[in-house]
Amino acid sequence: MNHWIIAPVILPALLAPIIGFVMRHDITLARAASVAGSLGLLGIALGLAALAAGGQTHVYYLGDWPAPFGIVLVLDRLSALMILLTASLALIVLLHAIATGWDNRGRHFHALFQFQLMGICGAFLTGDVFNLFVFFEVLLIASYGLMMHGGGRDRMRAGLQYVVINLAGSTLFLFALGALYASTGTLNIADLAAKLPLMPVEDAALVRVAAMLLMIVFAVKAALFPVQFWLPGTYANAPAPVAALFAIMTKVGAYAILRIHTVVFGPDIPATAGMPDTWLFIAAVITLAVGAVGVLGARRLLQLVSFSVLASMGTLMLAVSMFTPEATTAALYYLVHSTFAAAALFLVADLVVERRRNDGLTALPPIPQNGLFAALFFGAAIAMAGMPPLSGFLGKLLVMDVLRSPDVMVVGWTAILVGSLVVIVGFARAGSVVFWKSTAIPADVDDPGTAGVDAAPAERADFAQVAPAAFCVAGLGALAIFAGPLTGFLEDTSAQLFDRAGYVSSVLGNGEEG
Amino acid sequence: MEIVVASSIGILTAGGVYLVLRLRAFPVILGLALLSYAVNVFLFASGRLAVNMPPILSKYGDVQYTDPLPQALVLTAIVISFGMTALLVMVALGAYFESGSDEIDMTEDQGTDA
Repeated sequence: MNHWIIAPVILPALLAPIIGFVMRHDITLARAASVAGSLGLLGIALGLAALAAGGQTHVYYLGDWPAPFGIVLVLDRLSALMILLTASLALIVLLHAIATGWDNRGRHFHALFQFQLMGICGAFLTGDVFNLFVFFEVLLIASYGLMMHGGGRDRMRAGLQYVVINLAGSTLFLFALGALYASTGTLNIADLAAKLPLMPVEDAALVRVAAMLLMIVFAVKAALFPVQFWLPGTYANAPAPVAALFAIMTKVGAYAILRIHTVVFGPDIPATAGMPDTWLFIAAVITLAVGAVGVLGARRLLQLVSFSVLASMGTLMLAVSMFTPEATTAALYYLVHSTFAAAALFLVADLVVERRRNDGLTALPPIPQNGLFAALFFGAAIAMAGMPPLSGFLGKLLVMDVLRSPDVMVVGWTAILVGSLVVIVGFARAGSVVFWKSTAIPADVDDPGTAGVDAAPAERADFAQVAPAAFCVAGLGALAIFAGPLTGFLEDTSAQLFDRAGYVSSVLGNGEEG
Repeated sequence: MEIVVASSIGILTAGGVYLVLRLRAFPVILGLALLSYAVNVFLFASGRLAVNMPPILSKYGDVQYTDPLPQALVLTAIVISFGMTALLVMVALGAYFESGSDEIDMTEDQGTDA
């Protein structure tokens, strides 16, 4: 067994209490440890990605118990990709939080941040549905703390709603697990995948209930239509760097749907045939519409960004709802893109809102470096809306390309194209009010130039504050440039995901190095 | 016994759902607690109902046993739901002290709730 597979869980799990207990009075020390931990996680993630790229499904048996009886962690291309995405995003967000001082506005930011990473990495690695529940709880309980970091009236009340809806979701998760265990006698993903195809359709009522309950639970995390309403309130009121990190949390829901509803409740299994995909498609279309309308109607900058995240989740789930290897390739590309696009938007919005001291979409006297922020916002916004130079365009193109079957093409294409147009209008309106109309108001500073280094008023952003956001936007460009190699890797990833027999035999094999 | 367990799960769930849909924080917390009790009993029942059977295999005789796994799952679920309820109480108290109101929904100037 390769012990590195469990490292993405162990490292933050060890680091978080050390930061929380030993370094709680020394922010410099906590920052250093947190950055070092995130760098270490990134290194481990790169190593695991190289390991998984070989195409084997690596299994880690905790305590060396054989598979259906003990707990397993499974590393395949999809898990490695998600871990790598998490680690890169975490480092960017952490640097932004440190440079802007967000981590110092409340206590225990870095400890909670590491616990959050532990939960996310664990959810991506686990090969056991009950463990998925446990890691969901770990990442949620850390996210409650992060979401309310810094306090304040609106944030606390939005946080209360967020906690309540997620606790209700956790209860549903447990009901689903109980129903699943009662009907199959196992909670190991590979064992479920081996047993469910053998189940006769007439005995499958409870399994179908469990499949739909799990879908609802993951839809809560992924903010899909009937249960999407927590997202805008939460993201708009959370500290912006935390909202940027939460960009990966909705993807945890998308990942869980991809993993569970492909490997366990695949569309070709008689017991659950035709269950998830039809509902998911409709829910995704409505989510996209709600997000687009929300972008148009938003009155605050962070609210606007939150709704655009909702719209991007709708687009992502449109591709996921096809449940074919080609569609999954498109979904994964869009997933990587939308994570960084959402993070870039939140980071830029944070810099802008901090300087305007006002979250509203109104014209105010221009902020220093107006041109720089306008350029960053423009870059992130066209990526999110899906305009050509950046990766959003390619992502939407890939998604539309897989929505070619005649019964979904009309609705799917209309939703994506009209949704994109509405989002573009929304962003254009917000950007022109915030950055252009502001310049019409008399003011003395309007510097459409580079990051300032000299003779600045106190609120000019230095390089460290702008760099994470700029790096995100540059990363979106890189995603577009290297789309060819990336989609090649993603094709292998989805082929491996749909190779159910390979997954089952790797995990249930014989406890050897797999 | 099945009817007792099934109806207690049903009644707990119904009460929990009703309370969760209330507008004030305290009934919502009670509702989530009731829901977590219901789900714990449900998880317990997922290993089949059995009376007076040990959850371990006996190698000395052909003794019947009950499935130990749901009991382990219930223990985990109890611990997590207990911790979550405590956290929820703290969050609700914090929100109450910050905003002076214990209503769950957002004020209309937020405009962010659906």
